[in-house]
Amino acid sequence: MKILTKWLRAFLPALPVDDTQLAEDLTLRGIAVEGIYDLGKGNGSLYEMDITTNRVDAMNHYGVAREAAAIYGLTLPELHFPLPEAKAAATPFSVQIEAEDACGRFTARVLRNITICESRDLPVAPVVSYFNLLEQKKISNAVDATNFAWLAMGQPTHAFDLDKIEGGIIVRRAHKGELLKTLDGIVRNLDPEDLVVADHVKPLGLAGVMGGWDTMITPETKNVLVEAAWFDPIAVRRTARRHGLHTDASHRFERGADFNAAPVASALVSSILLANGGSIEGDLVDMRVPALEARTAHRQAVALSLSEVQRILGTTVDPEGITAATVETVLTALGCELAHRREAGSAEPASAAWLVTLPGWRLDLEREIDLIEEVARVYGYNRFANTLPSFGEGVRALAWAESESVVRRTLLAAGFHETIGSTFCSAADASLTAPQPGLVVPLGNPLSEEAGVMRPSLVPGMLTMIAGNLNRDVSDVRLFELGTVFSGSTEKVEERAALAFGAAGIAPEQGAMHSARPIEFYDLKGVVEQLVARFESRSVYFDRFPADAGLTPAWLHPYRSARVAVEGETVGWFGQLHPREAASRKIKDAVFAGEIYIDRLYQLPLRKPAAKEISRFQPVRRDFSLILDENISWERIDQAIGGLNIPELVEWRAREVFRDKKLGRDYSLLLGVTFQAPDRTLREEELQDFQTRVVEAVGKAGARLRG
Amino acid sequence: MTNEPIPELGGFDEASLDKAFAALEQQARADAASLDGEEAVEAYRLQWLGRKQGRLNDVSSRWLKAAPAEAKKSLGQRFNALKATVEQLLEQAAGSGPSDAALAAEAIDITLPGTRRLLGAEHPITRTMNEIVSVFAALGYSVGVGPEVETDFYNFESMNFPPGHPARDTQDTLVIANQERKPLRDRLLLRTHTSPVQMRTMQSQPPPVRIVIPGKVHRNDAQDATHSPIFHQVEGLCVDTNITFSDLKGTLDHAMKALFGSSVKTRFFPSFFPFTEPSADVQISCIFCGGKGCRKCKHSGWIELLGCGMVDPAVFAFAAEKQPAYDPKKISGFAFGMGVERIAMMKYGISEIGSLFAGDMRFLGQFA
Repeated sequence: MKILTKWLRAFLPALPVDDTQLAEDLTLRGIAVEGIYDLGKGNGSLYEMDITTNRVDAMNHYGVAREAAAIYGLTLPELHFPLPEAKAAATPFSVQIEAEDACGRFTARVLRNITICESRDLPVAPVVSYFNLLEQKKISNAVDATNFAWLAMGQPTHAFDLDKIEGGIIVRRAHKGELLKTLDGIVRNLDPEDLVVADHVKPLGLAGVMGGWDTMITPETKNVLVEAAWFDPIAVRRTARRHGLHTDASHRFERGADFNAAPVASALVSSILLANGGSIEGDLVDMRVPALEARTAHRQAVALSLSEVQRILGTTVDPEGITAATVETVLTALGCELAHRREAGSAEPASAAWLVTLPGWRLDLEREIDLIEEVARVYGYNRFANTLPSFGEGVRALAWAESESVVRRTLLAAGFHETIGSTFCSAADASLTAPQPGLVVPLGNPLSEEAGVMRPSLVPGMLTMIAGNLNRDVSDVRLFELGTVFSGSTEKVEERAALAFGAAGIAPEQGAMHSARPIEFYDLKGVVEQLVARFESRSVYFDRFPADAGLTPAWLHPYRSARVAVEGETVGWFGQLHPREAASRKIKDAVFAGEIYIDRLYQLPLRKPAAKEISRFQPVRRDFSLILDENISWERIDQAIGGLNIPELVEWRAREVFRDKKLGRDYSLLLGVTFQAPDRTLREEELQDFQTRVVEAVGKAGARLRG
Repeated sequence: MTNEPIPELGGFDEASLDKAFAALEQQARADAASLDGEEAVEAYRLQWLGRKQGRLNDVSSRWLKAAPAEAKKSLGQRFNALKATVEQLLEQAAGSGPSDAALAAEAIDITLPGTRRLLGAEHPITRTMNEIVSVFAALGYSVGVGPEVETDFYNFESMNFPPGHPARDTQDTLVIANQERKPLRDRLLLRTHTSPVQMRTMQSQPPPVRIVIPGKVHRNDAQDATHSPIFHQVEGLCVDTNITFSDLKGTLDHAMKALFGSSVKTRFFPSFFPFTEPSADVQISCIFCGGKGCRKCKHSGWIELLGCGMVDPAVFAFAAEKQPAYDPKKISGFAFGMGVERIAMMKYGISEIGSLFAGDMRFLGQFA
C-alpha cells in the first residue's frame, strides 16, 4: 500500500517531524513503512507500507494520520464534507435490505444532471495531484471519486448509472440461475449464497466485491446513484472466494469496515461529482440493521484497569512507568472513549479503572488485552525494560534425548554426514519401502506426485539423496538421517523415530600410498554393530531369510542384506541396494543402505560403561587354518566356540577368509583365538587342552584343519 | 667383530690375570662400539654371551676349570666383572637403536596428503537448533516435542486462529487426504508451526511452564531461494504468575546476545499473531555490519529474526479446559518462535535453502 506524506500533512498540518522520522515512529508502532521515496520539492514522500491484516483501518491516509496523531499527541479533525442543499424528491429512493444477516447498512444518494468528465483538482479533493504522485490511473470523475474516497479513508463506495436501475435497490442473496456481468467483463453464474445488490428486476453487482457491467458509469451517464454500505466480512469473503475475486473492496469488507464511515464517504464522492454541476435529489437514504450495528458501531464497552495493564506489560525504562494518564491519552487518541468506574470489591481507585467505548473502525479491538496491546504499542515497545523472570523449576530432559544424541554421535564418528530429507515420497516408493505395506498415509493436496504420501520409511529419501550425489559425480557417499516416519491411515497417523543410512564409493581411510577398496556390506554391518552396542541388551543377532520367503524388504539385495534383531525383535534392515532397484533409479554404482527402527532401540537403556580389570598376565594367541564348506557360515563356528564356555578363551575372530578355485566349493578361514587368565600365566598343558577342545568344537560344526 | 682367539693365560698370578682380562675387555668394548642395528647386536650377544659358543663360555671352560683352587676366587671375580661389562655394553647397544644411516634409508615423502578418516558432519539445522535449545536450557527451559501430523484443533483452533483464517486454506497448509467428513477440529494436517506443542504441554501440566520446542514444520509453499515447504522452527513458552512483556523482552535480548554475540542489540515492533497479544517482531542489529548498514541487512542496520508476544487469553482458555490453573486473570506468559533455516543460513552464509535438504556430500562436508 502507498501513502503520501503530503496527504497525511493535509490531515495533520502540525506534524512536528520530517518524513524519515515519521516513518521510523510509525514503524516502531506497528504501522510499518517498508520504503521511503522522495517525490521532489513540495511533494513530500511516498511510503511503501506493510500493515498487518488486523489493522485494515490503517490501510488508508486518514487511518495512518490517526496513528500519527496518537504518537505525537495531536488532534485529528473529523472528516466532514459539506454538500449543497438537496432538492426534494417526489418519493425517496427505495432501498430494502433483505439479507439482514449480511448487510448492516446501505446508504444511497441520488445525484441528477451530473457531467461525466476528466477529474481535476478540487479544494476538497486534489484528485489529479494526489493520483499523479501515487501513479494511480485516472479514469473519469465518477470512478476517480470512488477511488479517492477509498485512498482517503478506506471506505469502498460505488457509483451506478441511476437510469439503468429499475425500481429501487434490494440487497439480497442471488437466485439460482441468475447471471451477472461484472465490471471485469466476465458473465458470472451466481450462487444462491452470493450476496448481491439488485434492483427490482436483476442483480446489479456482487455486494462488497465488484459492481456490474450494465449499470456502470459511461460518458453518457446523466444521473448517478452513490452507494456506500457495510457488508458482513464472512458473506463478502464467501462471495469473493466463490468467484475467485479479490478486490480492494472485498479486502476491506472481509476484514471489517467502519459502520459509521458510509455516509462520510458518500458525501466525499458526491461532492467531487457535484464539482461539475448537478444536484442532489432527496435526503440520503440510510438503511440500517440494528443487530449488526450493535455488533460493530455500538459494541459493549470494555472494562480496563491500570493494574492489569501493568501486570501484563511489566517494567518500563522510565521509572514512572505506565500511568493512568498514559492509558487515557493513548486510548483517547485512538478514538476510544474512557469512563471511570470502580470495580466491585477492588481496592483500585476509580481513577485507575475504566469502561472503554470502542471506535467503530477498530473491529479488531474487543477485549481488555486488545486495549493493553494498544497502550504498549503507542507507548513504544522499546521503552519497556529488559527483565528476566525468576524461576525455580528444574529442567526435565526428554526420555530419549540422550539416546538420540548417542546415535548421532556414533554415526558421525563412523564418518557419515547428517542429512535431512523430504517428509514425503511417491506412492510407489512408499509401497516399496514401507515396513507395514498398506498403512501408507496419502496427502490431500500434495506438493507433487513424487511427494504424494507421508514417508513410511526414510529409505526413499536416502536413495534420492545418494542418487543425487552420484549424478553430480560425487561418488563417495556416506549419509544418515534421523527423522520421523509415518504409518496408519487418514483416520489416525502414527509417527515413529527412524534412522537411515546409505553409502557408496570407496572406503575412505585409504591414502595415496594404498590401493582403494570399495565400500562393502561389512562396512555397514560394522556401523550397525557399533550402533547397537551403544544400548544395553541381552542379545543381538543378524540373519537373512530365504529369498522366496518374502520377508526381506524388496529394495534390498536378497543375498547381500541382513536383518538385525535385538532381544528377538527386528530393529532394522541393511545391505546392498537391490541391483534391479538401482537400475530403475539409473544408479550404476553399488549402493548400500539401511534403516533402523530407532524407536525400538530407544526403549533400551544406554550401555553404561563399566571398567573391568585388565589382566596382567600374558595373553596367548593361537591361529587355526580351517577349511569349510561354503554352506557353513561363520556364525556356526562362532557359536561352536562360544558354546565351549572356557573363561580363559577371551577372544576369537575370523582373521581372514580366503576363497580359491582350487578349494572348489570349500573356503578357507583363518581363525584367531586368544587365551588369557585374569590371575595366572597359562600353563602349556592347559593351553594344549583348550586347543584340542577348540579343534573338536569347530570340527563338529563342519570345519576341518587345513593339512 | 673380533676373530681373535681367546688369549693364552700366562699364569694364574694377579698380573697375568689382569693382563688377560684387560685384553678381553678391550675386545668387548671395541666390538660393541661398532654395533649397528638389531642383527649386529644379536650377533654380538651370541659371540660374547652365547651358551655354547660364546667367548665368555670359552673363558669359563678353559680358564676357570683349569684354575688352581687358590686362584679360583680371584679369577671368578674378574670373570663376573667382565660379564657385567659385556651385558652393560649390550644393553647400551640395544637401547641406542639404529644408526643415522639406517634412519636416512627410511625417509618418506611427508608432503603426500595425510590419510583422513571421514569425519561425519552434523547437519547445520541440527547444529543451529541445538545451539538455540541450549541457550534456553541454560535459562531453565525443558525441551518439548510433538507430532508433525496435527489436528486442526492443536494447530489452529486452540492457537486462536478464527475459522475462516487464510492459513487454514489448503493453499497454505498441507493436509492429509480424506478429512472432509470430519469435524473441522479433528481434521489432520501437517503442522505449520511448532506452536501446537504449547497447547499439548499446557494441557498436560499445570503452570509454571518453561519449554523450548524444536521441530520440523511444513507449509504449502513453492520452493525458492529462501522458502521451502519443509523447514524447522524453535518455539518457546514461559507461563507463570507475573510473567510480563518486559520479561519477554529481557529473555529474548539475552538469548540473541548468547546466540550472536554480546554486542548484538534487539528492538521490538508491534506485529500480529493470533495466539499472542501484544505481539511483536524482533530485530537484531545486523551481525554483518554491526548496524552500520550493508547489503545483508538491506542497509537498514537491522535483521528481522523472530516473532513473539504475550500468550493470548483465548489460548489460555483452551488450556484451561483441561488444566483450570491456566486462568488468564491469575497467570500470564509469553511465547516466541524463530525459523531455524533463516538463522542457519545467516550464520553459515548459505544462499539457497534447498541445499539444506539435498543431501549433497560436498555441501554437508563443510560443516564437519
